[in-house]
Amino acid sequence: MPISPVLASYSDLAYGTALVLYLFAMVLHFIEYAAARVPATALVTTVATDSDGSVATLVSPSSVPPRATAARIGRCAVALTGLAALVHAASLALRGAAIGRVPWANMYEFISALCFVAVAGWLVMLYRQRCTATALPRLGGFVLLPVVVLMFLGGTVLYAQAAPLIPQLNSYWITIHVSAAITATGIFLVSGVASLLYLLATRTGSRLGSRLPDTAILDRVAYRTAVVALPVWTFAIITGAIWAEAAWGRYWGWDPKETCALVAWVVYAGYLHARATAGWRGPGAAWINVAGFGVMLFNLFFINIVIAGFHSYAGI
Amino acid sequence: MTQAKPVTAVLRNTWRGLTSMRTALMLLFLLAVAALPGALLPQYSLNPQRVRTYSEQHPTLAPVLDRLGFFDVFASPWFAAIYLLLFVSLVGCVVPRSIDYARQLRKAPVITPRNLARLPHHARGETEVAPGEVIAATQRRLRGWRIAVRDEPGGVQTISAERGYLREAGNLVFHLALLGLLVAFAIGKLVGYQGQVIVLANGSQFCNSGPLAYDSFRPGRSVDGTALTPFCLQVNGFTATYLPTGEAEDFRAALLYQGTDDLAAGTWHPYQLKVNEPLRMGGTRVYLIGHGYAPQFTVTFPDGQQRSAAVQWAPVELGTMLSEGTTKFDPPGVTDDAERRTRQLAITGLFAPTAALRGSLLSSSFPALLDPAVAIDVLKGDLGNNSGRGQSIFSIDQSMVDSGRLKQVARSNLGPGEQLALPDGTIVHFDGVTRFVSLQVSYDPAQPWVLTFAVLVLGGLGLSLAVKRRRFWARVTPGGADSTVVELGGLARTEAAGYGEEFDRIAADLLPPETARPPVAAGAPGPPRTSREGR
Ligand code: HEM
Repeated sequence: MPISPVLASYSDLAYGTALVLYLFAMVLHFIEYAAARVPATALVTTVATDSDGSVATLVSPSSVPPRATAARIGRCAVALTGLAALVHAASLALRGAAIGRVPWANMYEFISALCFVAVAGWLVMLYRQRCTATALPRLGGFVLLPVVVLMFLGGTVLYAQAAPLIPQLNSYWITIHVSAAITATGIFLVSGVASLLYLLATRTGSRLGSRLPDTAILDRVAYRTAVVALPVWTFAIITGAIWAEAAWGRYWGWDPKETCALVAWVVYAGYLHARATAGWRGPGAAWINVAGFGVMLFNLFFINIVIAGFHSYAGI
Repeated sequence: MTQAKPVTAVLRNTWRGLTSMRTALMLLFLLAVAALPGALLPQYSLNPQRVRTYSEQHPTLAPVLDRLGFFDVFASPWFAAIYLLLFVSLVGCVVPRSIDYARQLRKAPVITPRNLARLPHHARGETEVAPGEVIAATQRRLRGWRIAVRDEPGGVQTISAERGYLREAGNLVFHLALLGLLVAFAIGKLVGYQGQVIVLANGSQFCNSGPLAYDSFRPGRSVDGTALTPFCLQVNGFTATYLPTGEAEDFRAALLYQGTDDLAAGTWHPYQLKVNEPLRMGGTRVYLIGHGYAPQFTVTFPDGQQRSAAVQWAPVELGTMLSEGTTKFDPPGVTDDAERRTRQLAITGLFAPTAALRGSLLSSSFPALLDPAVAIDVLKGDLGNNSGRGQSIFSIDQSMVDSGRLKQVARSNLGPGEQLALPDGTIVHFDGVTRFVSLQVSYDPAQPWVLTFAVLVLGGLGLSLAVKRRRFWARVTPGGADSTVVELGGLARTEAAGYGEEFDRIAADLLPPETARPPVAAGAPGPPRTSREGR
């Protein structure tokens, strides 16, 4: 399958454009965040307790101008994120067309795809929550921050020219196994961010935390995303094992990548158990979720670059 | 008896502690932490060479780590202890839960709480519809739920309904399948084996006759090597295609094979062995895991006798397939051992499939066989292969060179067909190149079980995370003439993910539209009334 350099260069252009757009959206989100003077938690409690008749005036946008501006900036940021995601999707599609296969066979491509999943997952989340009056959109900046950092690293130090697959990777399992891994990683990213913010928000007295949405909402976002991602991650590990059986002669060999994937899985299982264990709900569970994503990042960067450099598919 | 009591109490407490959720959590952590060194430190099971290198680099630390099993984490007693404890804990947790679950399945949904307004989800309304009608409508609406209708004093009727039993079933399947997975994995490790062998791709054969037929063989604990499934392979050729950049595009080996049944009949079947496409014969699989070049040399000894050999040389640069190795010769017709050991020959050096010379230094510029050449040293003397020590086929015994018993007698670069004369009149001729393939044979009869349990793990996990266990109650009270009071309550038994919306929908269907309802979820104003009528 010949490579098309023209399509590949368009893909690179779209990648850069998406990155810049994400950056703008992130900045807008942070401006929105800074402009939102009324602590979100206070607002939510006011509505919920329904203490006096003043609820209507409090939420009415016209009577509190700074919040209205903030909300407008926020909507703008969400729209920009959506646009960036479209450009990002185009980058992935062009790369795929340029190389005639799924565009996720090296770290650059993997990171690009997983960031796309994270952003898309975030947008889906926003869409599904739009009817409930939460301060969720304001978290956009925190979701985009790791995306921007990852994509910057991917586009610079980890960048790889469009190239065909080496024979070891040339299997339909790459489509199945790697796309599952990407999807799970992208969603776990959103989950990890939510848990981090949850931890920030529960630290009473932190100025950053006071503007965050209610901790219950952050906790729910973290849980719901993790619950979607874990079965997908399980599927990724199982299909990885099936592929390993066909490619390397054994379905499980305690290869560092495999081991680390299992460790991450066990940590996420720990997260779900912690939420069902008295005394561990709340910050304890949130820490575990953050640790889980730490293992995922470790697996992506450290194991790939430092350890697996000597390993496995350098073999043949 | 008084003696036994404290003992049983201790046992009971230990068991309770072991099977508690908190312990399970701790053990999960321990498992994760204990597995990490297996990913970070070199492991014997993966690459013993790297363990040796690491040990040389860390002479004080390495012996301690080795003693503690850190270079063989997944076979270490402490790792086994953690997962065995975890699985004991799991059994202790899952068995009572399964029994409990079976009991629940036969029981009617729990009785309706006295005060439905206290529940997380609650709605209330009045309607002109008769109580019996309301009960019937509610039953119709709750199709798919497990329902119990009960009577309370004063003509009041209640409905208790519950749904999402599959969650628990999924959860139990998940945990039990994990156990099954471990057992199947262990059985596979016990009775399976893996062997690796290099075969020249010039019609050479390999037969699975026993461990000695392999270059390396890793048996399971209960494998003694006497009962390997017999089969034979013949490697007739190997092709690699490369892109102009030198990147590999495709590898394939042309095989003939005889399965167990074919051996007696002597029939051969053809097979194209490729990466990712092993040859499967029952539970035995053959993989193409590597390839390389075997330069062939013919040595003409001074007395006119000739010997030829093609021995695999090891690729040292995977990108260009520059290879390194040694081809060794015994002088023919020499019966005296001492005499023989002064006249052994070793041809050692580099092979390049596409030669690129920098001065006289040979390197390779492309992995395919375009312009092959060797850069060799010829050594003569004692190869040391009688010393009783095992010798690498890829190199000479350096101690023989150091002690002066093996001496370099010539050095040259040769292309195919070129030759080199040694001072004693011996002629070394570089005939050409043969390719070799490196094959792996794996046997693991438990594999289908592992897959089955893995699929059950996934299915069970999916069910237990996707299905919501939830309860719904209705209390229907006749409230004087033409009026019925309907009170609804709902409770999610597990994570509340999204029950609120479903409850609202059911309530909207069951209560008259104009009914006033208290806000259901804090901070979330209900949808406008008009939209409720549309459903
Ligand atoms: C190898 C060890 C284990 C692994 C990998 C594991 C994994 C998991 C996972 C991924 C879940 C999520 C499914 C869900 O939330 O419904 C789960 C749930 C659960 N596990 Fe385990 N588990 C293990 C051992 C145990 C043990 C030893 C216990 C009992 C002490 C246990 C009790 C439970 C319970 C009660 C749930 C349901 C929690 C809930 O409903 O939210 N598990 N387990």
